[in-house]
Amino acid sequence: MDYSDIQTIEHDVLVVGAGGAGIRAAIECAEKGLSTGIISKSLLGKAHTVMAEGGIAASLGNVDSRDSWKVHFRDTMRGGKFLNQWRMAELHAKQAPDRVRELEEWGAVFDRTDKGLINQRNFGGHRYPRLAHVGDRTGLEIIRTLQDFCVHQGISTHMECTGLDLVLDGDKVSGLVGYWRETGRFVLFKTKAIILATGGGGKAWKVTSNSWEYTGDGLGMAYRAGAELIDMEFTQFHPTGMVWPPSVKGILVTEGVRGDGGILLNSEGERFMFNYIPKKFASETADTEAEASRWLDGDREARRPPELLTRDVVARAIKKEVEAGRGSPNGGAFLDIASRRPAEFIKKKLPSMYHQFKELAEIDITEKPMEVGPTLHYFMGGIRVNSDSQQTNVPGLFACGECAGGMHGANRLGGNSLSDLLVFGKLAGDGAANYINSLTGQLNCSNEEVSKIIKEATDILNREEGKNPYLVHEELQNILQSYVSIVRTGEELALGLDELQKLKADIAEVFAHASAQYNPGWNEALDLKNLIVTAEAVTRAALIREESRGAHTRLDFEGEHDDGLKYNIVIKKTESGMSAEKVRREDPPVELADIAYASLEELEGDNLGA
Amino acid sequence: MERNFIIWRGNSKKGEFKNYTVKLEPGMVVLDAIHRIQVEHANDLAVRWNCKAGKCGSCGVEINGRPKLACMTRMNEFTPDEVITVQPLKTFPVIKDLVTDVSWNYEQNKMIPPFKPREKKNGKDHVMYRRDVERIQEFRKCIECYLCQDVCHVLRDQDKKEKFVGPRFMIRLASLEMHPLDREDRIPKIKNEFGSGMCNITRCCTDVCPEHIQITDNGIIPLKERVVDRFYDPVMWVFNKLFGGRS
Repeated sequence: MDYSDIQTIEHDVLVVGAGGAGIRAAIECAEKGLSTGIISKSLLGKAHTVMAEGGIAASLGNVDSRDSWKVHFRDTMRGGKFLNQWRMAELHAKQAPDRVRELEEWGAVFDRTDKGLINQRNFGGHRYPRLAHVGDRTGLEIIRTLQDFCVHQGISTHMECTGLDLVLDGDKVSGLVGYWRETGRFVLFKTKAIILATGGGGKAWKVTSNSWEYTGDGLGMAYRAGAELIDMEFTQFHPTGMVWPPSVKGILVTEGVRGDGGILLNSEGERFMFNYIPKKFASETADTEAEASRWLDGDREARRPPELLTRDVVARAIKKEVEAGRGSPNGGAFLDIASRRPAEFIKKKLPSMYHQFKELAEIDITEKPMEVGPTLHYFMGGIRVNSDSQQTNVPGLFACGECAGGMHGANRLGGNSLSDLLVFGKLAGDGAANYINSLTGQLNCSNEEVSKIIKEATDILNREEGKNPYLVHEELQNILQSYVSIVRTGEELALGLDELQKLKADIAEVFAHASAQYNPGWNEALDLKNLIVTAEAVTRAALIREESRGAHTRLDFEGEHDDGLKYNIVIKKTESGMSAEKVRREDPPVELADIAYASLEELEGDNLGA
Repeated sequence: MERNFIIWRGNSKKGEFKNYTVKLEPGMVVLDAIHRIQVEHANDLAVRWNCKAGKCGSCGVEINGRPKLACMTRMNEFTPDEVITVQPLKTFPVIKDLVTDVSWNYEQNKMIPPFKPREKKNGKDHVMYRRDVERIQEFRKCIECYLCQDVCHVLRDQDKKEKFVGPRFMIRLASLEMHPLDREDRIPKIKNEFGSGMCNITRCCTDVCPEHIQITDNGIIPLKERVVDRFYDPVMWVFNKLFGGRS
C-alpha cells in the first residue's frame, strides 16, 4: 500500500487533545509562528476540562495576602508526599498566577472579591484560599475562554479526529496516523513535533468520573513509540463521587462542597474525619468541631477542618467507614452542606451540584445530605518528560497536562490540575518551538509504518466474527475495579496482572460490525489497545512499589517507607514486553528542599531566599 | 421492567426508525438506555456524548419531539407505557443515527469579533465588581448543546442560517457586549451580519435551555434595544451624524 491515497495534512506541530493543556499548547505554538494543528476525539470545547468544578490554584493572594508561590509549592510537595518532580512543582507554583491573569485578559470572568479582584476559595491541602473559580463551573469558563481565543490565532482545529499511532523517522517523531470519526477515513499528519495532551485513562475503571474519551490514548501511543511512563501506580480516587442512582455512580461531586463548609458524616451521624487526621498534618488541622466552625467563620487563627485533608486521606477514610458498617444506605458517606449553609448560599456557590443532584438523584442538597463515595478521577502518573521543556525521551515528542507525569507526585491537590494544564501547556509549546528551531534536515513518514497502523485498525472491521468490544471493555474495568483499586495487595495485583494478560487475547480478536463511518463499536475497539497498556502499566508499577504513599495504598506494606522517596517507577517497552523498574531520584536542590520542609511561620515571614 | 424505544437509524442519504427494547435500572436516563442498546443490539449506533452530567452539552437529541440532553432526561419522566422516540436534531444535517453535523455553529462563533480588553488600571489586576459580572456570568453558563439553535424557528423552519446566528451566538454576543472590560463595538454587526432583527421573541430557545439561561429576556432583547438606540433613535441618529458615532 502507498499512502499517497491517504489524506495528508502537514503542520510544524500537531497537538493531540483539545482540553486545557492542548489548547494552551497550541496557542503558544501559534504565538511562536509555527503552523499548528490540533486534533480532538470530541468536538471543540467538550474535553474533560469542562467538567472541572472547584477552581484553579494560583497564589494570587487576593483573599489572604499571606499566600505566595512558596506556600503553594510547599502545599503541592506535601500533598504529593514529596515524590513530585521538584522542578515541575516549582515552575507550576511560580507561573500559575500569570496563567490565571492571562485568562482574564482573554475574557474569562471569575467570581470577584469585595474589592473587585478575582475571588479565591479554600480547597483540600491548600493552606490559604487559593482557587480562582466561577461558582462550580470553573472548567467550563476556562475551556470556553481558551476555545474562543484560539479560534482567532490561526490554529487549524480538526474535530472528532482520533490519533491511532505515532510515526517515527529513526528516533525522531515525524507524524501521526489518525482517523476521522465522521467518515472512518484515515489521515496522516506529517509534523516536526507532536504534543500529547490526551488526559488520563480513567475509563479503565468501572467507577470513574471520566468520560468515554479517557482511554489512555497518549500513554499508549507514547509507550509504543518508545517513550517512558512514570509514577503510574498513583491513580487518584476522588473521595466524593455520586453513589446513587447506579447510572450516575462515579460522577464527580466537587471538593468545593467541603471547601465551602460541607462536612462528612457516617450513618451514626458522626463527623468521622476527626478520627483520620495523619500525624504529618495534625498540627495544621482542627481537632474539635468548634475550631473547625471558627475556621469556616473566617477566624485566621483557627486550623482547617479535617474534611479538607488531601484526597487520598479522605477517600480511604470513607472506604474504612463503609467497611466498618457505618456507611450510607448505598455504600458511601453523607456529605452535608444543607445544615451548614443557607439555601441561597448553596445555590449561588454550587449551582451545578444543586442541579446535578436535583435532576439525576432527585435530592435537594439545600435540604438533605448527599451520598458520596470514592471514584477514579485522575492519573498523577503519565508520560515522563523533561521538567522545563516537557519533551519525552523520544525527540520531537512532548506531553503536557494529565497525560504527563511527575508534577503531582503521589497525590494531586484539587485545583492543581487546571493550573497544571495551563502552565505546562504553555511550556510544552515553548519546548516544541525550541526543538523545531534546532531541527535540521527533512523528516519522513515511511509507507511501511503508516500502512501497518492502518491495517491493524481495519483488521477489526474485516474479521468475520470476534469479541464484542463493549464487553471486553467491561471485563477490563472489572479487573481493575477488583484488583487495582483504592487499597491494594501484592496478591491481588498479581492476580489482576494475570487477568489482564489473558484479556490481551480477547483484545486481539475484537470485531466491529458495519462500516467505519461514525461507528462507536469500532472506536471502542481501537481504544482498547491503549486501555490495556494503561491498565498493565498501573498494575505493574503498583506491584513493585512496596509501601503506601499518597494515592497508592498497599495493605501488605503499610505506611511510607524512607526508601520510597529514593526512586520513581519507570515503565517502558522492551522486546520481551513491558518493563517496570525503579529509577533513582536525584536529590532536590537545597533551596527548594528548604521551602518544602519549612514551617509555615518561616515562610510567612519570608525568611527564606530563592 | 422493560421499555420500548424507537430510534432513528441512518445517514445523510437514507434512514428509518427502528425498535429496541431495554431493561431498566433505577435512576436511568435516556443516554443509559442508548448505551445499553449499543452493547446489546447495535454496536455501531452513533450518539455523541461526553460528561454524562449535563456539563458538556454533547448529547442533544430530540426525545418525543422535544430537544433535550439525553444524559439529563430521566426515564421516570415518562409514563410507564410511553414509547420513547429518539431522533437527531432536525436543524442540522445528519451524519449518522443520532449524530448531526454542527460545524455551522463553529463557523458562526469564528465570525464574532473577539474580546478586546481595556488596559489594566494598576498595571497588574483588572477590577470588576460582582454586580458588573453577574449579568454576563449567566450567559457564560452556556454549554453549547445547541438545543436553542435546534428549536429556533428562524433556523429550524425557515432555514435562514445565512441571516441569523441563532440564540446561542446572540447570548455569546451579549456576553461580550456587556463584559465590563471589553471595548470592541459589535452593534453594527449584530444588526447587519448576525441578524438581531430576525428573532421574533417567541422564547422557544429559553424554554429548552438546560442551563435555564434567560436567553431572550436577558440576552437577545437587550441587544435588540442597543441596535434600536444606535440606528433608529432619532436623537441618537442626529448625535451620531454630528459626532461620528460611538467613540
